[in-house]
Order: sequence, then structure tokens, then C-alpha cells
Amino acid sequence: MRRLVILGGGTAGTMVANKLRSAYPASELEITVVDRDDEHHYQPGYLFLPFGIYDEGKIVRSRHHFIPDGVQLVLAEIDRVDAAAKCVHLADGRELEYDTLVIATGVEPRPDLTPGQDADDVHHFYDLPRSIALAEAFKEFPGGRLVVHLTDMPIKCPVAPLEFTFLADAYFRERKTRKKVEIVYVTPLDGAFTKPIASRELGTMFLDRGIQLEADFAVERVDTENKELVSFDDRHVPYDLLVSIPLNYGPEYVARSGLGDEMNLVPCHQHTMRSLEHPDIFVLGDGGTLQTSKAGSVAHFSVDVFMENWPYYLAGQDLPHSFDGHANCFIETGHGKGMLLDFNYGTQPYTGGFPLPVVGPMTLLGESRSNHLAKLAFRFVYWEFLLRGRPLPFTTDMHLLGKRVEGDASGTSNKDLFLRALGKRGHAAPASKAPKVAKAGSRAPAPRKASPRPAPRPTPPSRTSAPAPDYVPAKGVDSTADAASVLPDPIIPKF
Amino acid sequence: MPTTRIGDRAIDVNDEGFLTEYQQWDEDLAPILAGYAGIEELTDEHWKVLKFLRADYPARKETATLRRVASVGGFDMKQLFRLFPGKPAKKMSYIAGLPKPKGCV
Repeated sequence: MRRLVILGGGTAGTMVANKLRSAYPASELEITVVDRDDEHHYQPGYLFLPFGIYDEGKIVRSRHHFIPDGVQLVLAEIDRVDAAAKCVHLADGRELEYDTLVIATGVEPRPDLTPGQDADDVHHFYDLPRSIALAEAFKEFPGGRLVVHLTDMPIKCPVAPLEFTFLADAYFRERKTRKKVEIVYVTPLDGAFTKPIASRELGTMFLDRGIQLEADFAVERVDTENKELVSFDDRHVPYDLLVSIPLNYGPEYVARSGLGDEMNLVPCHQHTMRSLEHPDIFVLGDGGTLQTSKAGSVAHFSVDVFMENWPYYLAGQDLPHSFDGHANCFIETGHGKGMLLDFNYGTQPYTGGFPLPVVGPMTLLGESRSNHLAKLAFRFVYWEFLLRGRPLPFTTDMHLLGKRVEGDASGTSNKDLFLRALGKRGHAAPASKAPKVAKAGSRAPAPRKASPRPAPRPTPPSRTSAPAPDYVPAKGVDSTADAASVLPDPIIPKF
Repeated sequence: MPTTRIGDRAIDVNDEGFLTEYQQWDEDLAPILAGYAGIEELTDEHWKVLKFLRADYPARKETATLRRVASVGGFDMKQLFRLFPGKPAKKMSYIAGLPKPKGCV
């Protein structure tokens, strides 16, 4: 029998436990989920708390409720993973041996890593207590300068700071106090919108709402005494109420285990979510290094691909199914409206319609009421369908149907598009070639002696952040574009 | 995607002017791009940063953030601002022929 340990009972961990439990009997696959507590938070709900749209009761449920029968839920802190010995050491001394490990512990806000940011009057909405504290601060805010600040990427739900800013604008307008509030958005990026089509379509949203922008701002510290943000190049942004979104890091056990990069993210393959270092470790959810948004939709779509690859993994074969980086995100824009983004590794968010079966077309990259309602309805879908591994009317691969494609839609051929329109996956291997599920058990290694194991504790490796490889100079290759189409003058970005 | 002439070579760029093909960049191109970014001379210090960015990119498929350049590359944040004034993240990535740091929209 194969032993699978899933670290983290959040969105990705719960989903994969449910899907694998449905697909394999307990006699073939033993599944253990580890988390530090029994509270499953609907994290998208944090955004709504400060504005009184949601309360805590809508956000927290018991993890047990969503972990299926036949899966063991262990509540404990994780001390470290010994990847060489394939064993998870829990803080209470227990040890869990595994044949396969899924790391699904995500990322967490780390205000302690930016001087001054962990003060009580510096707010954020990336966990439950801080969102509740921010709701109080909003109620008591008499007016003045509200600064919404993003420390650095990557963060989970990367559009949430923008959504928060739009919702704050609407909140004060609805209370007729907007004139007393100055709203400033501070970002380390070179604008609020950084992708060409989104910048063009949405560029005026700040201007229309009277929101000021401070771009290219690399924060050095929060000066809580003088109430200002200070950047490394000595720019000062004063505030009366500060919402400063901290760096998001993977958990410390990842560093103690020597599995992470400098932000405790576990380097993983962009298309299979397999650890680059350890073939029996997969990283699902936010805790890896996929170059797409850290978001529930990405967790969902990547878990689907993980499931398709699982029989091949058991059979020791190459993993044929490939995750395309698909992300699908609703953005609240205030006043009961929302926008929808849909993109992947190769494409930026386009305008157009999103042909959602049953519900009907949603507006892409434009505001509509139906987008907002869909976002609110999603909480129900999350609890009742997504976590339980029930099918949803979304395709795992992003498709271009309904989208007004421009510019950079690389890597999606017409043939692929056609196949996807027919509901087929361009790169899927024929079902007949997929290894049979029954084979899984026979190929699994013989069960090892049960814990506890009298293994000596090796010294935990220090935080590894794989050093960058050496630089190798190379002669540049010229463009293969037709000489007649080459523009005589360079295009120079705005600096 | 447009193709433009930079120096005496044909180079693929995006609508904003950033190079789109990793292998089209070379060390002869960097001083020209630096000039467009308002940096007259690339010193040894500049080159150390650019070479770190170039070496770091292929495995991660993402340009290192300022924070990564500082913590993994061993550079000082203030030094990066001195070398690439105003918008270090954008200027560094442009001169190294890599995508600028971006969000999801």
C-alpha cells in the first residue's frame, strides 16, 4: 500500500485528498492530511470583512467537515521534512513516513520582515484577526489619508490589493464621506496595471475614482512614529490609515527542511508541480514556484492536472499532462460590480466574453453586475463543490473562445483551440494508454516498518536558497522576422 | 509582436519595448539598452547585477525581484537604487533583456 502524506488541509490539500480518496480504495492508498488546526478559512472572504460585507461565520468551517472518510487528519505543527528518509517530523515528536508527499501549506503574510510593518496600527487583510482589526479601524476612521500598500510580489491573490482599493472607494462614497478621504495606492511595480491590454482597458479606473498612484515604490520601513512609508530611495508617503500588505513567505518548516528558496517557496516544475529536487514530492497550491497567480483557481486547475498524471507517476512513467498556468479570477470593483480575468502562462488577460456553461457569458476585463454576483456565489461553490472534489463547469486548460485575442497569445495553436472547443485536451494521451489504476498497488514499494522509527535526528540544513547558476556569456541570436517588417527605430519604454 | 532594430541587429520586443527572446540578448546589446534607460556607462557593479539576472532567469522563467537580487545575489538595496536610479527593477530587467516584474493585470 502506498502512503501519501499531504501537508496542509487548505484549498489544494483538501481537494486532492477528496479526489484521491474517491479514485483509490483505502487498501491501495493510505492518505494522511496534516494541518496545525481544525479551522478551514475561505480566504477570499478576508477581503470583504473590513467593509462589513461578510462576517467571520461565513469564512470559517471545520477542516474535519471537508476531509472525507478514510483520510486521517492529523492536527499538529510540522517540524521538518526529511526528504532523503521520506519522513515528516511533527513538532510533538510524531513521525509520518511517506512514499509520496504533497506540500500544500501555501504562503503566509510576514509583516515581521519589513521594519515597522508588524505594529498594531499597520493593517492588512491577509489573515482573519487582521481583517477583523481592519474592520474596526475602518469604522473609527474619521477621514484623512488612506494608503493601500503592497510590499512585493509574489503574494497570494495578487489582485486583492486593487480590489481592496476599489471597495474602499465605494465604501466611503456610499457613506457620503469620500470627500474627506484621500486614497493612495502604493506599489513596487511600475503601475497599478502592468499588462498592456489591462493597462489600456483599465488605466482610467484610478483617475475616474480619484485614487492616487505611487509606483516603483520599494519599501524600506514603515515609520509608525511619523506615520509614513519610507522607500529605499528615500521617498516618503504619509498616511493616516495604513493598509500595508506584507511579504508572503512559505512556512518556516520548508526552510528548516532545506526545501525552499529565499521566500521558502518549494521550486517545482511549471507544468507538473513536481519538486525539481525530489521526484516523490509535489507542490500544490500557493507554496510552489509556478509563474502564475497564487490563487484558488490555480490550485483547482493544477490539482486536476496532478490527478491526470497520478497513474503515470505510480507507474514510474513520465508525466504526460501539462498544467498551462490557467488562472481565473473575479475582481471586485465596488458598487456591486466586478470584473473577470482569465489567463495562463502564455497569454495576458484579454477582453471579451467568458462562455461559462449554464450561467452564460461573463464579461472579461470589464465591469459588470453578473461578475460581482458570481464572486459572491462562489463561496457556496467553494464549500459545496470545489473542496469536495466535485466537478465544476470550468475547463482546466485555459481556452480562447470568446476572448478578443491580441498581441502575445503565444503557444496556443488553432489546432489546440479547436480541440479544446470540442472539449478535448490537445496533449492528452489516449485513455487506453493510461496505466491501469490497479497496477498502482503492485508497483508501490513494500510497506516499511511502522513509526516510530529510532532514527537519529540529523542537523537540520540551514535555509537553502539554491544559489543562482553561473553566468555563461553567449552571442545573441538575431530575430527571424522578415527584414521588411523590422521597425527602423527601437521602442523605448517609459523610465 | 514588433521587431525593431537595436544597434545593427533585428530584435523582437513587446509593445512596451522589452526584449521577448532570452537568446537574442548579448553583452554588446546591454550598453545600447542602458543608454535608452538613461544610464551612460555600465560599470563592473552594473555588470555584476546584469549577469546575476541573466543567470537566474532560465530556471525560474521569471526576472528576479529586487528583493531576490539583494538577498540571493548579495547586493545591497541602496546600491541597486544608486546603480539604476528611480526604477531599478524596470531598468535592470530591460537592460538584461528580460521581462519587467509584473502583476496579474
